[in-house]
Amino acid sequence: MIYLDQAATSWPKPPEVLKAMTDVLENAGGNPGRSGHRLSIAAARIIYDTREEISRFFGVSDPLRVIFTGNATHAINLALKGILKPGDHVITSSMEHNAVMRPLRNLEKRGIRLSIVQCASNGTLDAKDIGGMVASDTRLVVMAHASNVVGTLLPVAEVAAIVHQAGALLLVDVAQTAGIIPMDMTAMGIDLLAFTGHKELQGPPGIGGLVIADHIDIAQIDPLICGGTGSRSESEEQPDDLPDKFESGTANLAGIAGLGAGLRWLKDRGIEEICAHLKTLSRMLIDGLSAFPEVKIYGTLDLARSIAVVSFTVAGRHVSEIGFRLDEEYGVLSRVGLHCAPAAHKTIGSFPEGTVRLAPGVFTTTDDIRLAIRAIGRVIRS
Amino acid sequence: MTLHGVILFHTTSSVLRAEKRLIKEGFATRLVPTPRQFSSDCGIALRFDWNDHERITSMLGEEKVEFDAIHFLDANPV
Ligand SMILES: Cc1ncc(COP(=O)(O)O)c(C=O)c1O
Repeated sequence: MIYLDQAATSWPKPPEVLKAMTDVLENAGGNPGRSGHRLSIAAARIIYDTREEISRFFGVSDPLRVIFTGNATHAINLALKGILKPGDHVITSSMEHNAVMRPLRNLEKRGIRLSIVQCASNGTLDAKDIGGMVASDTRLVVMAHASNVVGTLLPVAEVAAIVHQAGALLLVDVAQTAGIIPMDMTAMGIDLLAFTGHKELQGPPGIGGLVIADHIDIAQIDPLICGGTGSRSESEEQPDDLPDKFESGTANLAGIAGLGAGLRWLKDRGIEEICAHLKTLSRMLIDGLSAFPEVKIYGTLDLARSIAVVSFTVAGRHVSEIGFRLDEEYGVLSRVGLHCAPAAHKTIGSFPEGTVRLAPGVFTTTDDIRLAIRAIGRVIRS
Repeated sequence: MTLHGVILFHTTSSVLRAEKRLIKEGFATRLVPTPRQFSSDCGIALRFDWNDHERITSMLGEEKVEFDAIHFLDANPV
């Protein structure tokens, strides 16, 4: 089997991740922050240490500014719904995942003005186009770091400069890039960063987070969910302390432990090396597919401007048939259709049919790619 | 006999953050259940050697480590 659906979720997970998850449930099973006994403290330490690793990973100095959530979707909802008020203006790109689009459409019904900046058909965004949309009531700009459909990178640092000039905030969805591109929130000018644990960060599903830059005043962010935190228990009001203000309810201890192990594993492997490996695989995929005249590949096809996510269609053929036959006949697992990103498919011109998406990961080998290309050749020629 | 003090915090995360900083500065500290004579928001507190109390107080202040209160622990076991 050749798993080329790493953009949906990474698989397999490093054995260290599975071990950390079973270890924590076996040996540190208390409710973190709720009691003072050793099992509760052991659990709280694992959570704190993971917070610290994440803060270092993304370049914020205070670990308490890492807010754990269930996934990127939850983190994006927390940021958007916590900050935007009726009358506010928000800007996003036309390459967004529904994790961004749907909460924005939902907010639009509640009196928030939404502008969507049109990206080029290869998925690129011209930062100046954001500049043209910024108005005095613009509160926030939200965008992906890279498209989950074509892998095109968006110009985060350039957009940040424009956004900050206008006194607005920048929220970046790094679901597709965290773990494969070294990232420093401060250098990139990101105010709020939403990540998910189960993709290239190598963690399990069900854990993600919102990282709030050191300079952001948290008074401007309302909690999405209120409830028990183990702190200030005498009060019926939600506490203002970080991270408790945004983290009600018992934490996903096993998920956090697994994510911590994933981050340590990534550090050992080296993100730069992973990045180089993925570029090699991406090059092979693009070159291999380009050899078939009936195949159309979407995106920039430029490795300096994209991550290893390759989308294609085949003239006269349904993407679902291609995906099904690759799986059934050759054990090559892809993802076909709209990839939860209808706006992105409209932008690249593949709506409503969608594309076949191939996304290799850190465990994918060059042999895997050779076999996958051969399989694709056979499927499209028969 | 060592005399101890305790630092109380609002949240578990802030206790753990302070513990790491104190350990880094070479202070002997220990997480303990919050002594029952002090009401505190969170179940754990940071115990330290009372001889260090001035240095610790100024360090927490300088580094802007948030805490709730610092108390002397008398010899009575808690
Ligand atoms: C760009 C992008 N944003 C957000 C998400 C949502 O991630 P999750 O489902 O883990 O919340 C994904 C993955 O599906 C994605 O690719």
